[in-house]
Amino acid sequence: MRYQFMTAALAVTTALPFAGPAAATDLEVTHWWTSGGEAAAVAEFAKAFDATGNHWVDGAIAGSGGTARPIMISRITGGDPMGATQFNHGRQAEELVQAGLMRDLTELATRDKWAEIVQPKSLLDGCTLDGKIYCVPVNIHSWQWLWLSNAAFEKAGVPVPKNWNEYVAAAPALEKAGIIPLAVGGQPWQASGAFDVLLTAVGGTDAFLKVYRDKDAEFAAGPEVAKVFKAADDARKMAKNTNVQDWNQATNLVISGKAGGQIMGDWAQGEFQVAGQTAGKDYTCLPGLGLNEVIATGGDAFYFPLLQDAEKSKAQEALAKTLLDPKTQVAFNLKKGSLPVRGDIDLKAANDCMKKGLEILAKGSVMPWTDQLLSQDTQKQKEDLFSEFFAKPDMTVEEAQKRFAEIVASAD
Amino acid sequence: MSKSERPNQLFRNLNAKVASIPMVLTALVIFVGGSAWTVLYSFTNSKLLPRLNFVGLDQYYRLWSTPRWLVSIENLLVYGVLSLVFSLVIGFILAALLDQKIRFEDTFRTIFLYPFALSFIVTGLVWQWLLNPEFGIQGVVRGLGWESFSFDPLYNSDIVIYGILIAALWQGTGLIMCLMLAGLRGIDEDIWKAARVDGIPTLKTYLFIIIPMMRPVFITALVIIAAGIVKVYDLVVAQTSGGPGIASEVPAKYVYDYMFFAQNLGQGFAASTMMLLSVVVVIVPWAYLEFGGKKRG
Repeated sequence: MRYQFMTAALAVTTALPFAGPAAATDLEVTHWWTSGGEAAAVAEFAKAFDATGNHWVDGAIAGSGGTARPIMISRITGGDPMGATQFNHGRQAEELVQAGLMRDLTELATRDKWAEIVQPKSLLDGCTLDGKIYCVPVNIHSWQWLWLSNAAFEKAGVPVPKNWNEYVAAAPALEKAGIIPLAVGGQPWQASGAFDVLLTAVGGTDAFLKVYRDKDAEFAAGPEVAKVFKAADDARKMAKNTNVQDWNQATNLVISGKAGGQIMGDWAQGEFQVAGQTAGKDYTCLPGLGLNEVIATGGDAFYFPLLQDAEKSKAQEALAKTLLDPKTQVAFNLKKGSLPVRGDIDLKAANDCMKKGLEILAKGSVMPWTDQLLSQDTQKQKEDLFSEFFAKPDMTVEEAQKRFAEIVASAD
Repeated sequence: MSKSERPNQLFRNLNAKVASIPMVLTALVIFVGGSAWTVLYSFTNSKLLPRLNFVGLDQYYRLWSTPRWLVSIENLLVYGVLSLVFSLVIGFILAALLDQKIRFEDTFRTIFLYPFALSFIVTGLVWQWLLNPEFGIQGVVRGLGWESFSFDPLYNSDIVIYGILIAALWQGTGLIMCLMLAGLRGIDEDIWKAARVDGIPTLKTYLFIIIPMMRPVFITALVIIAAGIVKVYDLVVAQTSGGPGIASEVPAKYVYDYMFFAQNLGQGFAASTMMLLSVVVVIVPWAYLEFGGKKRG
């Protein structure tokens, strides 16, 4: 008897260290950060959150936002919510918030003065619905970047272009050297995003806002947007030999010099970093395609589903605090290649490209992005159109523009 | 015996009837109820969450003016007709060949049936690599010296649906072959003997005697294949995700994408109602012919 009791006691004491501190609360956090650079970045969050005495249970969902969001949403609507989840702030979680499934963070936000620390202000607007705050922005991601492989241009014997027009002019030389001029992966959002970037760069910020914010279908069918479609046609011809699906595979083509460049958001930077490349030396980045230097304040944010469990609710608050902590912000954003949401922190270690981004941010050249302006329904229709446009060389520019105008007309 | 002593029809086989109640309820509540609910909400403008806000046929107008839906329907028709024909023909030929009392029949049967043990996702991924121009068949043939050889169905909008068809046939014909083989084994040896005595050539015996006798097997095979066709989804997702562009989209994928990705339940429900309708259009006349005929006989 006594012996048995002893072993039981012993078993308990040996088991304890593995169970961690007694106050630790497991909080499952779902996100779609699975590429090399992204995984390294999210590990920083996990480390910081674990240091608060709680435990980050990683719920990574592979296959980018398009695959992950439906899974997250059906878990929340299906009554099996996670502790916290990533969304792009804006309208993706709008209806979940309206249905009362998300936790109102206003109290916490006022206590910690988020309104003062989060820069630019429009980020917090993306988290706000009817005056209440529902999410924590963690970074700024802008789509408007062109990534160029210096090695590819050297091989083709042309100087690295300084803007989109020079790039288009250099395309034949690249092709002759057996290099794909522009890498566009097969996932629909990539083609659609590339068009939006062209719309900002070639058409200008006002054109972008007229189409997506004011939903001006007449303007979308007009001559100014026709210019953008002409540019998209160039892009489609340059991209026709890209036989990859995922965005990071396309980025990889640029890293390895098999492709000249890629229009992709600044999350691509993490991949260059993981591959050990240096900005300016191995690759060049052109914000706004070198034509219109602006930063869209899209990005990632964490939403917290409303939970019954008091322990977990407390852990949610701890996580929200951790995400905005200056130290975590620096560590995370350096790995991720994105810009921090606070203006008061020092990013000495930032590389050339991030510094360019910070400069534009400091100048205040910011604009909202499609995640904030369009519903998911409209986004999906747009994706269908542009993935068809990029994959089908015989679809005319006029037909595509006509269909684009129809989508804008019915957009909500 | 007087009439009142006859057992009531309702209480015959009472145990069996009680035992089947859960399944009857499942069928009524989940299948019929769920379908009715879906049809009802397809007339609303539900977005992420279902809402009873009726908009008439708007979702259907939008559905039928969406190019992606039309492409999906066209793909389903091409894929459906070809996969039906080829599954039956190849399955039957393989079964007839196996039925010639060959050696190592078990081994061949296992080889042919083995792909069926793989899920569509795995099948799709395997064929995605096989049909990849750089690593797959094209790469191997070019490596052997035939430099101009070109075979990349998954990257060509015009023929991508055939690339998917190849994978589907590779996966599915084994099962059809087994069904056919069982049917062939069920044919009495005496029929063959009689046909031989009458001097009927083997091919003719198959076409005019054996196949008509195997009608139930063909119908079973038909139902299994047809069900697989309408719900084809995972194979496409694994192989092409609907690409290039929207060239290999299928209706089931449209439903999923619009319900969950585009957060537009109404549109997804309208599409799934159309799918249900197409199944009903096929099944009802067939069921009428099949089961209605028995009553007359």
